[in-house]
Amino acid sequence: MQDSQCVTLALPFHNNPYNHDSDPMIQVQNLRKVFGSKVAVDDVSFTVEKGQVLGFLGPNGAGKSTSMRMVTGYFRPTAGSIKVGGIDMLEEPELAKRSIGYLPENAPLYSDMTVASFLGFCAEMRGLNGAAKAKAIDRVLDLCFLHKVRNQSVDTLSKGYRHRTCFAQSIIHDPEVLILDEPTDGLDPNQKHEIRNLIKHMGETKAIIFSTHILEEVEAACTRAMIIDRGKVVADGTPAQLKKLVPGCNTLDEVFRSITRSDLEK
Amino acid sequence: MKNRDLANTMAIFKREFLSYFNSPVLYVIVVIFLLAAMGFAFFFGRFLDSDNASLTQAFFFWHPWIYIVLAPAVGMRMWSEEHRLGTFELLMTMPLSPWQAIIGKFVASALVWAIGLALTFSIVLTVCWLGDPDPGPIMTGYAASYLYALGCLAVTSAASAYTRSQVVCFIVSVALCILLTLIGYPGIVDTVVRTLPGSLESVVRFVSYLSFMDHFYEMSKGILVIRDVLYFVSVIVIALVVTNMGLRSKRA
Repeated sequence: MQDSQCVTLALPFHNNPYNHDSDPMIQVQNLRKVFGSKVAVDDVSFTVEKGQVLGFLGPNGAGKSTSMRMVTGYFRPTAGSIKVGGIDMLEEPELAKRSIGYLPENAPLYSDMTVASFLGFCAEMRGLNGAAKAKAIDRVLDLCFLHKVRNQSVDTLSKGYRHRTCFAQSIIHDPEVLILDEPTDGLDPNQKHEIRNLIKHMGETKAIIFSTHILEEVEAACTRAMIIDRGKVVADGTPAQLKKLVPGCNTLDEVFRSITRSDLEK
Repeated sequence: MKNRDLANTMAIFKREFLSYFNSPVLYVIVVIFLLAAMGFAFFFGRFLDSDNASLTQAFFFWHPWIYIVLAPAVGMRMWSEEHRLGTFELLMTMPLSPWQAIIGKFVASALVWAIGLALTFSIVLTVCWLGDPDPGPIMTGYAASYLYALGCLAVTSAASAYTRSQVVCFIVSVALCILLTLIGYPGIVDTVVRTLPGSLESVVRFVSYLSFMDHFYEMSKGILVIRDVLYFVSVIVIALVVTNMGLRSKRA
């Protein structure tokens, strides 16, 4: 709504919203978000193509979640443009959201539902009904190892299961774009490994963004990584490139610490 | 696209409606409602002593006072629970418009209340067995009572959009419902008119005209005027627009 440019850019896709093979799946330009007087995200631009896994790195409060919330259409950006699958998120939010699967931070769930009924609800919201819905539920129960808790109330699940249930929700419609906010947070090492492999496997056919604090995760699963600090992109490249970014640093961990500032410093 | 809109609204409605029955709160509220509605009618309204086969004075008269407390208790989880659990974020990143969710949730709470109100059918059977009532005022009485409940539910929906705490939502909505009831309560309005200078009477009458009570009272007596129905419809529409504004502000 802030720039009239978006209108003209969005128009060609009105006629045929599904023909956009040449476009990158996610295209973010000059994204900016201001809360009151605090600049949370400042001029962030990136593109993610099919088959790419982009890792968001950064200290707490760097603007990772805020950026992801804007890409998924939850927050409205103060300025900038977002296109998902060639569709403008600000102009056609309902259409653009169809191709996205999203796992929010802390994996929220409706606590009064069972795992299967929650996934059923999410499938219906994605336009899946009847046999297609049952098939989609079975597929994600398999992928996320949830068969054992299928009819258990969400309220009684352990953290790992809760997380995987919310993750299952994000892939129930087999989206082209996956946005995962700390998908391995609070999981045990086995589960982390499992989820990482899942991301890597799905990254072959989808465009994925995920955020994490765990640096080895980036090396294990990402084709590209971005380090964000205080709302700005401070480094962008393949994990191998990032490692060589700062002379004298040999691990991603050292690079991370030398280019981001801890919130203890002023 | 039209079908899709309806399907989204239905999916929200279904989930919300079933979730009422999954929580003990609803059963408690319906039981309290039935006890209160009947208790007021028989003990305070002196339904049996009045020797009158009309439900207006004994039965419907008390409903606004019950709804002031019970409608917010039913509706308080509508949006505040979504905010508290964080599922609001999930919902708003799914391909639906906020309006589909707002309407789906409101209709679910409305249907829940229709069930609660329908369970008072026994008093209609009683009055039919004991006397020979005029069916007109009973029907308009139920319509008035139900519209009153919907008005309170819509106000609750608006309050719940702004807070993640059900308690805050409950207190704010009860206060708003009391206000909207009392500014049109005949006894209070008459006293205010008598104490204020005569020139201000039209102002007081206008304010009281904005109250739920003013429109409820006429209708419960058996006079179904389209104006009063439209009043409740516009209250609901305005409250749902305010709900939408509240949800928008959470995503700012």
